Amino acid sequence: MQAFTVHQGLVAPLDRANVDTDMIIPKQFLKSIKRTGFGVNLFDELRYQDEGYPGQDCTKRPLNPEFVLNQPRYQGVSILLARQNFGCGSSREHAPWALDDFGFRCVIAPGFADIFYNNCFKNGILPITLSDEVVEQLFKEVEANEGYQLTVDLQREVVVKPGGTELPFSIDAFRRHCLVNGLDDIGLTLQDADQIRHFEQRYKADNPWLFARKNN
Amino acid sequence: MAGQAFDVKSRGKTLYDKLWDAHLVLQRDDGSALIYIDRQLLHEVTSPQAFEGLKLAGRQPWRLDANLATPDHNVPTTLNERQHGIEGIADPVSKIQVKTLDDNCDHFGITQFDMQDQRQGIVHVVGPEQGATLPGMTVVCGDSHTSTHGAFGALAHGIGTSEVEHVLATQCLVAKKMKNMLVRVDGSLGTGVTSKDVILAIIGRIGTAGGTGFAIEFGGSVIRNMTMEGRMTLCNMAIEAGARAGMVAVDQTTIDYVQGRPFAPVGEQWQQAVKVWETLHSDSDAVFDQIVVLNGDEIKPQVSWGTSPEMVLPVDARVPSPEDAPDETRKEGYARALEYMGLTAGQKITDIPVDRVFIGSCTNSRIEDLREAAAVVKGKQVADTVKEALVVPGSGLVKAQAEAEGLDKVFLAAGLEWREPGCSMCLAMNADKLGQGEHCASTSNRNFEGRQGFGGRTHLVSPAMAAAAAIAGHFVDVRHQTSVV
Ligand code: SF4
Repeated sequence: MQAFTVHQGLVAPLDRANVDTDMIIPKQFLKSIKRTGFGVNLFDELRYQDEGYPGQDCTKRPLNPEFVLNQPRYQGVSILLARQNFGCGSSREHAPWALDDFGFRCVIAPGFADIFYNNCFKNGILPITLSDEVVEQLFKEVEANEGYQLTVDLQREVVVKPGGTELPFSIDAFRRHCLVNGLDDIGLTLQDADQIRHFEQRYKADNPWLFARKNN
Repeated sequence: MAGQAFDVKSRGKTLYDKLWDAHLVLQRDDGSALIYIDRQLLHEVTSPQAFEGLKLAGRQPWRLDANLATPDHNVPTTLNERQHGIEGIADPVSKIQVKTLDDNCDHFGITQFDMQDQRQGIVHVVGPEQGATLPGMTVVCGDSHTSTHGAFGALAHGIGTSEVEHVLATQCLVAKKMKNMLVRVDGSLGTGVTSKDVILAIIGRIGTAGGTGFAIEFGGSVIRNMTMEGRMTLCNMAIEAGARAGMVAVDQTTIDYVQGRPFAPVGEQWQQAVKVWETLHSDSDAVFDQIVVLNGDEIKPQVSWGTSPEMVLPVDARVPSPEDAPDETRKEGYARALEYMGLTAGQKITDIPVDRVFIGSCTNSRIEDLREAAAVVKGKQVADTVKEALVVPGSGLVKAQAEAEGLDKVFLAAGLEWREPGCSMCLAMNADKLGQGEHCASTSNRNFEGRQGFGGRTHLVSPAMAAAAAIAGHFVDVRHQTSVV
């Protein structure tokens, strides 16, 4: 998993509450056998004017010019500014996969749905919760200033505005540790690899038949 | 640290406690633990992203020989579509999933019983059949019915795709210890009553959330007298009672079943293994957090009437009304289920007409299940009103065995179809599906809305009961059929 320490990037505002995971990545794309490649279908129904299906060439599809991510000024965006209860609905891990594949590293909102919030950390995306007022102010600033960028410093737990103003946030220490060091669950478990090996040796000595290859 | 040096308790251990302790690699302060996994079974639906994750991270499987793969959910069950291998699969999405499993197993060097291999079949049938599931193991698979393998005195969990990848990469699972529940079935079963009826009766009693947070051990004289296949049917549906794991203590029946299977130990290692396996039962002074007791003599053949496995009744009962719901909150569920199922309160279960019959799935597709069904239909004819009656063996080896015994001929002569192994109509991911509004007598494990096809109406029953319904065209009490021995 990609480590997250300090990230500076362009911000796009998605002005809509209760964005559910079906909106983030519609169900027809779950048949995929991949964890990557969901980026072109991120927000599919908002983004395109036609109905999407898996395996299609999305470059030929009619774009919805109103949708924020289609606007020229937001190309290359990596921070999403969102509203209350972002990521609600089904538990699909495809939602953070799609955000990540599109290029997002961070989502800022006044509140997130639980499972989505958890899934973000498993996939190297930082969800930041800020107060309603702060988020409201950010929406105004982003919309008023083309090329508006924010700097997110996870170690110091602050979002730095263009003028240098710092907005503090907090992330549970264990999760911060994992993200700062790029440790997914697997990376974390592998920190104990020696202990696993040690266990395995003793266990194998006691239960050799569990390690034997099949006999015929 | 591993071991229980600080956990010296005076009370004895349950089977689950023993399995947990034996696999505990490390205990973390937050209550989570790493447990070592002995066997991971893989199939085509929940593994692709896990393999892709490994590749992206540049990781290798920790222990190749702990893994065993076979495609099952998507594979077609008609010989026509089957004989041309993966290329012959008509549905392009299914084809890609099956092909991807094939490619991933090749890439990483994981043993796979592919579609053309006689050992291919439903993962939960294949593992035990091969001796790849052994007593005392921890077994995982990206499939909730992994609880099946607990029949061997093993700790067996269903897991998600991220966890599949985690186990591939680390040979461990991050887990929290569950509570202990004992479900004891005393007495003995009447003629025509099977382990499927026992587990349905248990779920009817404790409900689909009754086992949530528990590992269930099934015990008592009825379970002791069950065959291994019967115990697998029982543990298979532990998850429908809310428990991620169900298990049965090891006894001579277990050991006899395992002996001589391809992956089972031999020679000196066999002796050594048996010594350990003989300790795999709950101590007499073990303490369970909850105990449920049923009397086997009172269990009748069961038929589910609703859209949840807990909506189940004896075959001689009548369809309930919402007023019969055990509590207020379930009234609405009863009403919705009655409507979806197209049933009227007070209607006799035996008056429900059956449009299709499905004998198969990881619950009931083993040789004993097929024998049981064949005994009922032998010399009879499927009712004219039944559109289709499928028999889908759980593996290529089950199929071969059944054919050696002439069971295929019995089914075909009676007007049932004899298919190639796979999950088939259990979840309708391939072409085998129910039509809207059709009632199905099914030996599978889930009767959720749409599970066997959009608008389909599933009734969970034993193989004998499904076979009897195929002949009668509606549910009948198999105990009144003369051919039942
Ligand atoms: S037979 Fe049904 S329940 Fe069993 S593994 Fe296949 S789909 Fe799942």
